[in-house]
Amino acid sequence: MLADSSPNETLVEARGLVFRRGSRAIFDGVDIDVQAGRVTAIMGPSGSGKTTLLRLIGGQLPPHAGSVRVEGHEISALSRPDLYRLRRRMGMLFQSGALFTDLSVFDNVAFPIREHTDLPEPLVRDLVLLKLQAVGLRGARSLMPSELSGGMARRVALARAITLDPVLVMYDEPFTGQDPITMGVLVTLIRRLNDLLGLTSIVVSHDVQETMAIADYVYVLADGRVIAHGTPDDLRDSSSEWVRQFLDATPDGPVPFHYPARSLEADLFDGEGL
Amino acid sequence: MTDFVAALGQRTLFGLQGVGRAVLLMARLLAGVPAALRRPRLIIEQVYAVGVLSMVIIVVSSLFVGMVLALQGYYTLVDFGAAESVGTLVALSLVRELGPVVTALLFAGRAGSSLTAEVGLMKATEQLSSMEMMAVDPEKRILVPRFIASFVSVPLLAAVFSAVGVLGGYLVAVGMIGIDAGSFWSNMQASVTVRDDILNGVIKSVAFGFVAGWIALHKGYEAEPTSLGVSRATTMGVVHASLVVLGLDFLLTALMFD
Repeated sequence: MLADSSPNETLVEARGLVFRRGSRAIFDGVDIDVQAGRVTAIMGPSGSGKTTLLRLIGGQLPPHAGSVRVEGHEISALSRPDLYRLRRRMGMLFQSGALFTDLSVFDNVAFPIREHTDLPEPLVRDLVLLKLQAVGLRGARSLMPSELSGGMARRVALARAITLDPVLVMYDEPFTGQDPITMGVLVTLIRRLNDLLGLTSIVVSHDVQETMAIADYVYVLADGRVIAHGTPDDLRDSSSEWVRQFLDATPDGPVPFHYPARSLEADLFDGEGL
Repeated sequence: MTDFVAALGQRTLFGLQGVGRAVLLMARLLAGVPAALRRPRLIIEQVYAVGVLSMVIIVVSSLFVGMVLALQGYYTLVDFGAAESVGTLVALSLVRELGPVVTALLFAGRAGSSLTAEVGLMKATEQLSSMEMMAVDPEKRILVPRFIASFVSVPLLAAVFSAVGVLGGYLVAVGMIGIDAGSFWSNMQASVTVRDDILNGVIKSVAFGFVAGWIALHKGYEAEPTSLGVSRATTMGVVHASLVVLGLDFLLTALMFD
């Protein structure tokens, strides 16, 4: 059986994390601590393994080496029933929202409650409406996912992610592709829900301004490792080339503009075919 | 030459790994059946989706198959002075072979492709991943009810196919050709047996429903999560299910009607 963790401690701990795809190392000895009650941001360029990190924390991928502990439980050592029990204490907001397209907004949010509890329908209704109220979409409960805008879909997914009152909520690129108003709504929601519900949040994003505005602590990933970490103010003052390139959005630097290839001259004058 | 052998070996290994994963999935689907039976609503929804919604294509196809059987049977039997046996030929062909086999092929094309595409798209849009993160096992919640619905629906559809096919045969043989209705029905009644013909047909259709559902779900669950991947999985699901149904039909026929 899984025991509850004490508050105000490290909720998620990754040590010496190694994960590869084929011969490419996505993580090569990554250490990360996520403190309970905080909003921790994981930032980095595209392809730096941010989403993979969430899947490792959620136990959807096993690490090749190192450990990931959530509430003190080594994820890769948990049996399937124990992993599923632990996941009931996690919520995850997927980049696409990942709403069930054949269910209405109401039924999407009610889904985890109906799957895991035997609560009577009137109580399910009240719980769902409260969660939808928290994300401002109580009035949209009868809509189908195909009738929602991208921002609304993410808010519904957020309501669904907090339905079972998790201790940890993971956000995978919550701001990508959103208009400024929706982005502002999501930024506010993530921070407010974290504080009001006493959650711990991990926000994976490459939207610098929005993420830095709500994060208590930030890790910057690149090249398979943590290249910087600290409070948003620490990172703004950082002189690291990696951090500067990422925060200042310069096209070339430690993260090269060009994908690795032989020289242009060789390609144009020597090569044949592709 | 070495490259060719290496590529061949790699493809063979890849194919065998796929078969291994499919068999493991089948074992997990079977293991999930008892728990799924405690939530009959999920199964009923799927029986409606894969079974009831396949009724139109089954009824229309079987009517024409029965009519063609009667015509072709009559043209052959009349040369031997056995035109009255056309009812027997239609019924035995449908109950023993065409009912289960054509139903399974139509099922693979209509419902199987829909299952593969549905599950593949759920995977591509991260719905299955989100279910896992909600501590809900997608194999038990999504795949098993669809699997049960497949092997429940195919025998029922095959029964409808055979019944409507016989009706089609009757319309042609009696209504168009003019064979005596009494001879049509009495010859059929005298030669079709419950155990050897109908029961074997039912066993076949259960097996075909099992195979068609399993392959469709496996292909969707293993689909590469892209539009091309889902499209390829859907095509391969129908092709593989059809071929396995035909091969299995030969095997079962050899065993049953020895």
